[in-house]
Amino acid sequence: MTLTTETVAKMAHLARLELTPEQLEAYRGQLAAILDYAALLNTLDLRDVPPTAHAVAQHNVLRPDVVAPSLPLEDALFNAAQTAVDQFLIQAVLDD
Amino acid sequence: MVLTDLTLTAAREALRSGATTSLALTEAHIDRIVALDNDVQSYLTLTDGLALAQAAAADARRARGEDGPLLGVPLAIKDIICTAGAPTTAGSKILADFIPPYNAFVVDRLQAAGAVILGKTNTDEFAMGSSTENSAYVTTRNPWDLARVPGGSSGGSAAAVAARMACGALGTDTGGSVRQPAAFCGVVGLRPTYGRISRWGVIAFASSLDQVGTFGRTVADCTTLFQAVAGHDPRDSTSLDAPVPDYAAALTGDVRGLRVGVPKEYFIEGIEPDVETAVRAAIAKLAGLGAEIVQISLPHTRYALPVYYLIAPAEASANLARYDGVRYGPRRVGADLIDSVKKTRALFGAEVKRRIMLGTYALSAGYYDEYYGRALKVRTLISRDFEQAFAQVDVIACPTSPTTAFPLGERVDDPLRMYLADIFTLSVNLSASCAVSVPCGFDARGLPVGLQLIGNTLQEATILNAAYAYEQATEWHTHAPALG
Repeated sequence: MTLTTETVAKMAHLARLELTPEQLEAYRGQLAAILDYAALLNTLDLRDVPPTAHAVAQHNVLRPDVVAPSLPLEDALFNAAQTAVDQFLIQAVLDD
Repeated sequence: MVLTDLTLTAAREALRSGATTSLALTEAHIDRIVALDNDVQSYLTLTDGLALAQAAAADARRARGEDGPLLGVPLAIKDIICTAGAPTTAGSKILADFIPPYNAFVVDRLQAAGAVILGKTNTDEFAMGSSTENSAYVTTRNPWDLARVPGGSSGGSAAAVAARMACGALGTDTGGSVRQPAAFCGVVGLRPTYGRISRWGVIAFASSLDQVGTFGRTVADCTTLFQAVAGHDPRDSTSLDAPVPDYAAALTGDVRGLRVGVPKEYFIEGIEPDVETAVRAAIAKLAGLGAEIVQISLPHTRYALPVYYLIAPAEASANLARYDGVRYGPRRVGADLIDSVKKTRALFGAEVKRRIMLGTYALSAGYYDEYYGRALKVRTLISRDFEQAFAQVDVIACPTSPTTAFPLGERVDDPLRMYLADIFTLSVNLSASCAVSVPCGFDARGLPVGLQLIGNTLQEATILNAAYAYEQATEWHTHAPALG
């Protein structure tokens, strides 16, 4: 199959990946080869076949609603690059 | 007595009898790691201080009259499994310096059992790989031939056990990542049924396929470790609430009347002749022990690879969206938030990016039905193959991998060729079966070959006993790689 550079660039943006033109080109070829291989699945008649999302199907898994301690705040924030007033700090997403 | 030569089972007996202490056993392993792991590079982090404290605590518990199968036994943990207070990187720069605030379920279980944790072992980044070469940190080498890969993604754990740098180890298996490195390194590796072991605290790659597995030098060792970590955990809603049998008691070595299926689709062009010869001889050995050999077919085997390489990347692209530099990992700052996220995610390696892109494509509007949707349907057909096979047989026997360990660097630039290393293991993850890889010989170069025994849902006892019977009738597990 042919995959355009534009399609690969769009996927990279959706996946929040920054790629150089060389990387885009390399991935374009490799992804096309993998997707070509996946075309093998087109040879099967799947009209009456249901999908399987999980190998061992379980439904409505519930547990007792018991109050238990949660992760202490300092532990939850420990690995963050930036924090402020007991919260994760990120760049502003809205204008002032 | 060379303490690092002891199997887990022998070490347990030596601790029980007082022939050694956990402190001595742990020190012997640390000394060996310090002396030889520069060559093998199986560990990313050595938690030696913690290990010595745990060993002293285990000796104190034993002095008070306590006993247990893992009390004082030194083990290794794949670095994708969270250990509170000790670095857990998943082999990725994006988790450099990450210190988990809590233990994975399996680590809590091991610590409660009094096990000693020597350190964290190398892995392909986010377990994506078949050779451990995708680690962002070091290149692990196969203890049998340092110019070759240990397999992957749990290559560090497999190599550490093979090199006598741990009595046993935990790994994870999403497409073969315990069994294939076990085969390449000449040790036993179990991938239990999905949900048999809690995934709580295991860094997610592909959530419908991920499962913790255990490594040992013998089937009994692998079984002891599995017993300690199997069971229900309410914090993982996919964890199975099914009774945990006494697996050790199931190791009778009696396989008379056991129906062993041999699938014709697993003996195909591309399999190395030495691998086929060794596996066929192993099947004949099982027949000699009284098993009944049945020729079977798993007709959708050839579709497993494309199905896996759509489903696993799709799930990975969703799971790895969380690495944005906000809650953990380093942050790189760009012009705005999205730009910062993109710059931070440049820390992912090439294979991880490749799979995120592939998964994003398979899930994207306009392509979802054609790729991801279709793969889920073929997954049903692969599962049905196993259901039909297990109506006829108790165990399926086949090679773990089509080749023995390949040279370092041979496949890194050819992703599709690298993926072929997992062609015989992927179907187990896609279905509800379980499987174990057990050493079954060596090729002409002296590299280990693995026999894969696949069982039906929650039939771990059956495959472990078949592996045990085979192991007891052969001497492959007594060979050790020459190091140092």
